Amino acid sequence: MGNHVLVIEDEPNIVEAIRFILMRDGWDVSTLSDGDLAEDTIRFCRPDVVILDVMLPGRSGLEVLAALRADAATRSLPVLMLTAKGQGRDRAEAERIGASRFMSKPFSNTEILASVRALAGV
Amino acid sequence: MVPFNILVVVCLVYVGLLFLVAFLVERRAHARALPWLRSPLIYTLSLSIFCTAWTFYGAVGYAVRSGWEFMTIYLGPTLVFVGWWWVLRKLVRIGKTQRVTSIADLISSRYGKSNMLGVIVTVISVVAATPYIALQLQSVTLSFAVFASTAADGGPVPDKAATALWVAVGLALFTVLFGTRNLDSNERHLGVVTAIAVEAVVKLVALVAVGVFVVWGLAGGPADMMAKINASPLSSWDLQPGRWAGLIFLSAAAVLCLPRMFQVMVVENVDERHLATASWAFPLYLFLMCLFVLPIAVAGLDLLPPGTNPDLFVLTLPLAQGQDGLAMLAFLGGFSSATSMVIVASIALATMVSNHIVMPLWLSLRPARAVSGDVRRIVLLSRRLAIAGIVALGYAYFQLSGGSAALAAIGLISFVGAAQILPAMLGGIFWRGATRVGAVCGLLTGAGVWVYSLYLPSFGPDGVISARLIAEGPWGIGWLRPQALFGVEGIDPLIHAMFWSLVLNATAFFAGSILTFPGPVERVQGAAFVNVFDGEVPAGGWVRGAATAENLLILSQRILGGDGALAFFEAEARMQGKAGPLPDPTPGFVGALERRLSGSVGAATAHAMIAQTVGGAAVSVEDLMAVANETAQIMEYSARLEAQSEELTRTARQLQLANEKLTRLSVQKDSFLSQISHELRTPMTSIRAFSEILMEGDMPPAMLRRHATIIHEEAIRLTRLLDDLLNLSVLENAGVQLTLGLVSLQDMIDRALVAAAQTRPERSFAVHRDPASEALYVTTDADRLTQVFINLISNARKYCAAPEPELRIAVRQRGGRVMVDVIDNGRGIPEDSQALIFEKFARLTDETRAGGAGLGLAICREVMTALGGSITYLPGQGGTAFRVTFPLRLRAVA
Repeated sequence: MGNHVLVIEDEPNIVEAIRFILMRDGWDVSTLSDGDLAEDTIRFCRPDVVILDVMLPGRSGLEVLAALRADAATRSLPVLMLTAKGQGRDRAEAERIGASRFMSKPFSNTEILASVRALAGV
Repeated sequence: MVPFNILVVVCLVYVGLLFLVAFLVERRAHARALPWLRSPLIYTLSLSIFCTAWTFYGAVGYAVRSGWEFMTIYLGPTLVFVGWWWVLRKLVRIGKTQRVTSIADLISSRYGKSNMLGVIVTVISVVAATPYIALQLQSVTLSFAVFASTAADGGPVPDKAATALWVAVGLALFTVLFGTRNLDSNERHLGVVTAIAVEAVVKLVALVAVGVFVVWGLAGGPADMMAKINASPLSSWDLQPGRWAGLIFLSAAAVLCLPRMFQVMVVENVDERHLATASWAFPLYLFLMCLFVLPIAVAGLDLLPPGTNPDLFVLTLPLAQGQDGLAMLAFLGGFSSATSMVIVASIALATMVSNHIVMPLWLSLRPARAVSGDVRRIVLLSRRLAIAGIVALGYAYFQLSGGSAALAAIGLISFVGAAQILPAMLGGIFWRGATRVGAVCGLLTGAGVWVYSLYLPSFGPDGVISARLIAEGPWGIGWLRPQALFGVEGIDPLIHAMFWSLVLNATAFFAGSILTFPGPVERVQGAAFVNVFDGEVPAGGWVRGAATAENLLILSQRILGGDGALAFFEAEARMQGKAGPLPDPTPGFVGALERRLSGSVGAATAHAMIAQTVGGAAVSVEDLMAVANETAQIMEYSARLEAQSEELTRTARQLQLANEKLTRLSVQKDSFLSQISHELRTPMTSIRAFSEILMEGDMPPAMLRRHATIIHEEAIRLTRLLDDLLNLSVLENAGVQLTLGLVSLQDMIDRALVAAAQTRPERSFAVHRDPASEALYVTTDADRLTQVFINLISNARKYCAAPEPELRIAVRQRGGRVMVDVIDNGRGIPEDSQALIFEKFARLTDETRAGGAGLGLAICREVMTALGGSITYLPGQGGTAFRVTFPLRLRAVA
């Protein structure tokens, strides 16, 4: 398994925090702030783990996830969903569509790191 | 010779006896212990008040003066009772069904319950009755005088006026005591009527006794009497057909129209069937009263000194023959005649005066008291006063006229007055077309002619109207002479007046009726009066008429439905013990069916339908009116139901709308909370992540500072978000306190530009303004309005993506309102999003994260609403454009 993580998140400060945490742990981190470009980017840079925000400009995180699960190439790609709404409905919806993990904001740094590690099979 | 004092004592004893009779009957009547009191005999005897002192004494005088002509006065009523009993029956029936209390009430009720007519009839009746009451007082006074003058002991000769006064007071007292003892809704006075019947017997016995004495005691038997009569000039048949016919007609009219006759005949009638007995018994009574008139007249002329008043022959003949007992009886007979007339007449007139004049006046003058006070006491008081007043009027007339006129003349004058009511009465009960206006015209015309041509002249030449006027007419107009109207001369004044008054009365009545249309109440009353016998149910219920059970079943099925009707008929047939579904149409069954149907369609409709099917009775106008009334009620009811159901539908729709609104609000609330959660968690995420990183320590100072700065930024963002939320909440709940003041619009825009420059200070904006148009002073809340400008300008700075951003601020004033347009040169807002931008958290782009939570425009909208203005998006301006509109002078709300 590689160590490439793609963070799709529109809040610049959150992106910076996640990147700092992961890079310090030795992960290779790419970032994206737009839902519309997510699929193309994933197909192009083939990340090992994707951290996907639900509320995105353009296509929402749930739409992106559904598209990923529909494609054979990305069907088993580990995806960690993040949401700030903190409602059970979003979690159920995300798990139904096929999210590998689900975390609500704000998260603890060790938690997100552990999740990425687990998803990457490290 | 009878001493005068004894006479007075006898009178008092007699009156006391009458008191006792009336009192006992009234007491027993309440116990319903005297069935014979309700016999046709009492009814017939009470009718005898037609025979007053004018009959008792005056008939003989009349015979002396005019021979057989006196008979006309009794032939009229005889004809009415024998030949016109059906008119009487109709009057009695109407009187019962309409609860008529007097002849004035009858006329008033028939013509649409018009009180004006009641007043007219009352006034005519009182005016006509006054001389008649005076006549009774005079006859009693004269008869007292006869006794006094022939008294052997030469005792004190009573003053005529004093006698009349005492008689009047006594009569008024008796009438008040028994005529107004209690208030009966039917105005029946059983005690008085019985006393009247007793008096009727006394006067008949007295007159017959005198007659028997004359025929057998003086003349020596009927044969000798007949011979004497034949020899007398009185018996010559000096027949004047016109006058006879006129007098017979007049007395016939009087028996129908005199208030006292109406009282005993209609109002006091307890059973319609008594009329059948009266129709032969009353003429018989009249016949007996007349039987000995001519013998007494002939004997009187024969035996008494010339110059003796023939009006008192009945009294003076026995006195002259030394028959004191008989004279006493005759005196009591005359006394009875006079008193019974005064009593009944004053009761009848008092009812009319009280009901049609006093009570309406009292009610209109004291409306407040009428509601709360005891009206009953007022009615009784007004009755009593009216009785006293009427007797007093009679006494006054007696005093004024000096008691000089012959008795018969006064009686006939009264008759003509009363007869004026005849056209309106007969027209009212036989002609549906008779109208109120017609009745008023007829009554006023007839009464006017009567007063002018007969009543006033009766006071004698120069009495009320001058002799010259009688001889030459008013202003010398010959054809207006009271006793020769329209140039018709040479007729007897009485017949002349009767002819003209009744002809003009009837003409005016018919003309008025034909020219006017009856009102709704008149129409109903007219139908009720004219058709009083139609559509009546036979006393024993429905007669076994032409109806077959089948016809009734067909009728019932239409109303009860096929099964319901059949079930009812079968049940009834079983009860009759009949096999099969059809019962016999017995009266009992038809009655039960009517009751059953009336449950569905109303009583009147059911009755009309059954009546039509059974065929036993015609459907009267009244029935149809009742049907129409019921139908109207049913329609009104169904209209009400319809309205109710409409209202229910409306309420349901409102509830549904409210429910939808609540659902929408609930969804909005959910999404609002979800959005708030998102907006709060986002900065919180950064803060938590970086603070955890910082907590680990061991970090280069530059990185430390970088992370701390982010935490600081996000904390400020959180604070601002919370401020906005609170702000919006206050605005939305209209709890906003405005601080109004007069401020320069230019100053506000200046301040806004300075404040907004802190947003993305790195960008330089070209701002285009027109200072001239901004030179406005506005009454508003300056801080709030400036906040709106700041938000708009900040938004432009944040979101305008043009490489060389420009901002244009345009101000216009129109009709007390100011419009400020804020326009940038960016891409503008897509059309499908324009409707959303004022909603909370409606952030459209993600291009910049300048700390906005998407509440800015929502706050602007709330502020503008609070300032009495609005904010709208202006499409088609080549960029994002907002228009803020607000009043030039905002007035504080209360």
